[in-house]
Amino acid sequence: MAKRAAPEVNAGSMADIAFLLLIFFLVTTTIETDSGINRKLPPMEESDEDVIIKQKNIFTVLLNGKDQLLVEDEIMELKDLRKAAVEFLDNGGDRSCDYCKGKKDPASSDNPDKAIISLKNERETSYKMYIAVQNELVAAYNELRDDRAQALYGNSFSDMEANYKDVNWPGNKEKLKEKIDQIKLDYPQKLSEVQ
Amino acid sequence: MPAVNTASLPDIVFMLLFFFMVATVMRQNTLKIDNNLPFADQVEKLDKKDLVMYIYAGKPSANYKSFGTEARIQLNDDFAGVRDIAAFIAAERASKREELIPFLTTALKVDSEANMGLIGDIKQELRKVNALKINYTTKKGSVFGRD
Repeated sequence: MAKRAAPEVNAGSMADIAFLLLIFFLVTTTIETDSGINRKLPPMEESDEDVIIKQKNIFTVLLNGKDQLLVEDEIMELKDLRKAAVEFLDNGGDRSCDYCKGKKDPASSDNPDKAIISLKNERETSYKMYIAVQNELVAAYNELRDDRAQALYGNSFSDMEANYKDVNWPGNKEKLKEKIDQIKLDYPQKLSEVQ
Repeated sequence: MPAVNTASLPDIVFMLLFFFMVATVMRQNTLKIDNNLPFADQVEKLDKKDLVMYIYAGKPSANYKSFGTEARIQLNDDFAGVRDIAAFIAAERASKREELIPFLTTALKVDSEANMGLIGDIKQELRKVNALKINYTTKKGSVFGRD
């Protein structure tokens, strides 16, 4: 028998097969990541000692079952909530806070460190409204932190946080962390939820 | 005019194929509930998908009307009650490496029509098992805008 060369495999359809697989994975891929509002729940064990907080340092937000908003005993629209929260947090009533730009009203919060926002909702409150209120309150804190960061470091707080998370950011991360912590210290996020 | 040489076409396509194969995350759960997330704009990204536990809630979707019209919890592929959350968290924790457990986040993917009673129950249950890091997953958009 004559020695034959092995016949060559026809690879012409290879591209077609690869295209088929490619299209399958293209369709099933979800590259985008979820985003949302991060929160930390309070731990279960309650401390026995009651912390006494002055009434003027608490900003009460009540959400009833019909999605109506009661802020500091007054009915308020959702769109005014952010401004009211900023005014409350940035009030600086005891004048110990030299960076506060608020009205220094003695009847409102003493300083951002003492100011607490208390959010209470009912079982019938809709999730959509709850998220909207959470969003506005977080926005109030972010607004103040952005202002503070702009004044101290000439950069917005959200940019600084984005840089901190960015692996490719060339600057000094430890210094940046210090700056971020400083701003978080100036405007601590004290948002408590009543069960 | 000579024909263009297409011999390297499979190589190019395979390269793309491998990229998408690596980047693909298959959808983990089949949803049995309506899951129309609310809008928010002060959001943070939830990266590191392997460190996230998902709890879904919403009212049963059209095919599962027999389960009622009240919002319900879905864990993995099936409806669940509030009591099942502790076991779910324990199972998720057991499937992860021990050193990663403190970094686990619970993502609450809740339909915007659900009411807070259910969420309050979920949160209470999460507190009991000490899963304190939560994320209210939302879509990016204005809270005032679209319905």
